[in-house]
Amino acid sequence: MKVNVKMYLSLFRIRFHRNLQYRAVVLGAIIKGFFWSLMEVLGYIALYHANLTGFPMELSQTVSYVWAHQSFIVLFTVVFADGEIYSSIRSGTVAYELVRPSKLYGRWFCQSASNRLSFALVNCLPVLLLGLLLPKPYSLTLPSSQAQLILFTVSALLALCVTVAFAMLMYISLFYLVSQRGIQMMVRVTTIFFSGGIIPLPFFPDPVLRIVQWLPFAAMQNMPLQIFCGSIMGTVAAKGICFQIFWLTILVLTGRAAMEQATKKVIINGG
Amino acid sequence: MIEFSGVSKTYRVARRQAGMGNALKSFFSREYTLVHALTDVSFTINDGEMVGYIGPNGAGKSTTIKIMCGVLTPDSGTCIINGRIPCKERIAHVRDIGVVFGQRSQLWWDVPVADSFDLIRDIYRVKENDYRKNVNDLTELLDLGEILQTPVRNLSLGQRMRCEIAASLLHNPKVLFLDEPTIGLDAVSKIAVRKFIQRLNTEKGTTILLTTHDMQDIEALTQRVLLIGRGKVLVDGTLAGLKKHITSRKTMTIEYRGQPPALWEGMLPVQSDDGRLVISFDPSEIPVSQAITRLAQTTELVDVSVSDISTEEMVAKLYKEYSL
Repeated sequence: MKVNVKMYLSLFRIRFHRNLQYRAVVLGAIIKGFFWSLMEVLGYIALYHANLTGFPMELSQTVSYVWAHQSFIVLFTVVFADGEIYSSIRSGTVAYELVRPSKLYGRWFCQSASNRLSFALVNCLPVLLLGLLLPKPYSLTLPSSQAQLILFTVSALLALCVTVAFAMLMYISLFYLVSQRGIQMMVRVTTIFFSGGIIPLPFFPDPVLRIVQWLPFAAMQNMPLQIFCGSIMGTVAAKGICFQIFWLTILVLTGRAAMEQATKKVIINGG
Repeated sequence: MIEFSGVSKTYRVARRQAGMGNALKSFFSREYTLVHALTDVSFTINDGEMVGYIGPNGAGKSTTIKIMCGVLTPDSGTCIINGRIPCKERIAHVRDIGVVFGQRSQLWWDVPVADSFDLIRDIYRVKENDYRKNVNDLTELLDLGEILQTPVRNLSLGQRMRCEIAASLLHNPKVLFLDEPTIGLDAVSKIAVRKFIQRLNTEKGTTILLTTHDMQDIEALTQRVLLIGRGKVLVDGTLAGLKKHITSRKTMTIEYRGQPPALWEGMLPVQSDDGRLVISFDPSEIPVSQAITRLAQTTELVDVSVSDISTEEMVAKLYKEYSL
């Protein structure tokens, strides 16, 4: 079947309009992003002062990692808004989604990605800018070369897709579960921790890292953020991108198969 | 053409007694019971027909609609609509149908209605010209003018329902399923919606299947009525035929001055107030004209009205008859 690009663009537009509507949310997210990063940066600087050589990343890299992490946070958070998907399953409005001539997986995937992207567009630039304006050593350093910037962009898009693909598995599970709270809690903690959302993955102890680096979570924000701050470059970064493509393929294929099963079995009660 | 033959659908429902102990017990092991939503349901609806689908709550109306939309897969039996099996060829099938679930919303809650319409246009890939024309027509017929620019969250229920119906018709569906389209609407909106549905059926020849609890909907719109109860089709016929089936009696309300009239054999008093009397009789025994003459002989009649049993009463009786 031909891919309905127009529908996806339209979905993106409708999400974008929606997110622009809520100005207080945008402002709140900017303030939170700024102060959270600043706090984290101060923490890391204190740690680096105690022992400058004991860390796997340079201080400036770590600081950039923190700023970039907060700026792009909505792109790479698995458990993020997407309220309409939860309520659609819970209230049975999904019946309407199933009487549309398109696959539910593609539509929800796009919807979720648009949600994150549109939010990030209005939200991340101000935080990045604020990060740039600060004096050294608190400030953010932009990628030094064009190649690095391109690698980052590619990797960031892939990370967004991996994140959404993973979230899709969670949404599909909701067809079988009554409440989303339990699974949300588990997924939130696991994904944030193992994707480098609390501390960058290189900070993990070696034996742990050896396993963690192969998990799908490592294909999420970990990759683009490490490229952004220059902790991985060149061929290592290219390998990382292949690793992301690998997990994206697996997650999407699994998700589509699971969705097929779920929609076959789904029962919508009432009304 | 819609062909339903021998369709059955069963749900599994978790059950437990109320109370803490039982709640804890059900945490570890659950008991399920089977609910037969549809048992061996068969009927055929021809192109251009408008059919009312009635039955008490939980009778299986929505299940039927969901099977027709391809959302649910029947356990056994076949449903064929315009030569396609909905649940097997869902995407091709839903292109040709429109659905309004009166209890749910297909519009995006926090953007103007027009944005939702645009999205639906792109989902169905409606050509721009057709889309413009449809939106204009629907705006006029359903009086959507100013509503289109309003976010859905700020609409009244009646306004929203009109938009929902319009949204289901943007892609010119050949078949329209309306699942309680007038639920919760005020009298004016109900009439507007009914008029619109009527026009759609007569002018565009859209096949319409309508479920409702509002008997005035049925009376105003449909010739043919399907009565379903406990998952089975109980009656399939015309509204007039159904009324005959239920009762052949007529109700006469008279207002009189002076002393109450003497009743003849075969006239049963239903209600009697001062100066007002309601009786029921069988017109095959006593023709209406004769009944009036006879009553007029013994009292001074001020006003007379004769009516059939109301549709509401009829349905209530039907439900009772089939002990639903």
